Amino acid sequence: MIKTDVLIIGAGPTGLFTAHQLKLIGLNCEIVDNLDKIGGQCIELYPDKPIYDIPAIPECTGEELTNNLINQIKTFNIPIHLNERVDEVKKENNNWLVKTNAGKTFITPNVIIAGGVGSFEPRKFAPKECEKYENQSILYSVKDKKVFKGKTVSIFGGGDSALDWAVELSKTSKVNLIHRRDDFRGAQSTVDKVQELAKSGTINLYTKYQLANVSGEKSLDSIGIKHDDGEIKTFKTDYVLGFFGLIMQLGPIANWGLNIDKKTIEVDTEKFETNQKGIYAVGDICNYPGKLKLILSGFHEGALAARACFKLARPDEKYRFEFTTSSKTIKNRLGVKE
Amino acid sequence: MAKITYNTHDNKTHSIDVQNGLTVMEGAVQNDIPGIDADCGGGMACATCHVYVNEEWQDKLPAKEDGEEDMLDMAFEPKQNSRLSCQLVVSDELDGLVVNIPSKQG
Repeated sequence: MIKTDVLIIGAGPTGLFTAHQLKLIGLNCEIVDNLDKIGGQCIELYPDKPIYDIPAIPECTGEELTNNLINQIKTFNIPIHLNERVDEVKKENNNWLVKTNAGKTFITPNVIIAGGVGSFEPRKFAPKECEKYENQSILYSVKDKKVFKGKTVSIFGGGDSALDWAVELSKTSKVNLIHRRDDFRGAQSTVDKVQELAKSGTINLYTKYQLANVSGEKSLDSIGIKHDDGEIKTFKTDYVLGFFGLIMQLGPIANWGLNIDKKTIEVDTEKFETNQKGIYAVGDICNYPGKLKLILSGFHEGALAARACFKLARPDEKYRFEFTTSSKTIKNRLGVKE
Repeated sequence: MAKITYNTHDNKTHSIDVQNGLTVMEGAVQNDIPGIDADCGGGMACATCHVYVNEEWQDKLPAKEDGEEDMLDMAFEPKQNSRLSCQLVVSDELDGLVVNIPSKQG
């Protein structure tokens, strides 16, 4: 069990800057994020797109902003738990007991939800029956490629993940690659490689097809794919891999007893506290009259929520407002020498 | 101003006057029409404002820009008449447009 003053859910720009504010005022914190990397929407949705409305930064990309924020908190060595989703938040006396899907437990008086539009989850196949085989023979990521050796694998998608795995798995498996149109959006060199392997018969390439149905008694046996013109092809397959990118889902947050309206959490504008004492929401996921979904608003919200956390984390101390330009204490925390 | 008709998956029809310059996505979001999530806020980065355009409108709409088809690869049950509603800017020419909202966005 990990004890901390504050647990932050979400390692996007708002979560990172909130962590910075907490460390400045002398609180410790840890961050959990479901993605495999730091940066949230900035890194997952628009790493290369320029942003023009960060104060004092005329132009930067999502990736540059993320890197700057990481640099800004580097000195604090804040533990960031990636690839983990917070599944449970439960009251325990004056603390919150927080559990992740990787089995980690935190005990903390303060939880700050900086969750954007929720956690990123893989997009799934449309046919309902697919759920039956999910995680067994229908997969949305590859954990151990050895399981595919000598098997038939049907890969769906037109981006780099689909193409890279088609090339890689074709070395030891029988690979079908299925995509909804003739154009691929993956790197040109990989597209060329796939076309070459398709020509030589190493990969069976089906374009303008989508998954129509799946069947099998206990385990997956065969799938049907449907062409744009309505024709259906059925073939046997051992595994199906779907690579359709990620989608944001509110997920378990909906079960924590918070006031939620249209996928956002209601907060006050003094502490950014939810209807649950000690649980705060900041950034895109919070909602209050006048809320703007801007990164700069997330920074402000995080700074105020951090001060609110002080009270519950240090009930016997009084918070003292200080500037980074003049406070010796803060400079010590930052590790800067005068 | 153009009248845009949104058919939602529960077989309800919503006809809305949408101001020129707004997108078909914004018209839906501002009028609380269910089924268009628009998670990324119109940045063509999420494919959660996916709609099916009525066939007679398919050729009358501006062509897809680079990237729209790529995002549609990730949409839930994309079809020939799929569009991202954040990329459809309302003008007088779009008066009468009918779009159908899919059963879900992801």
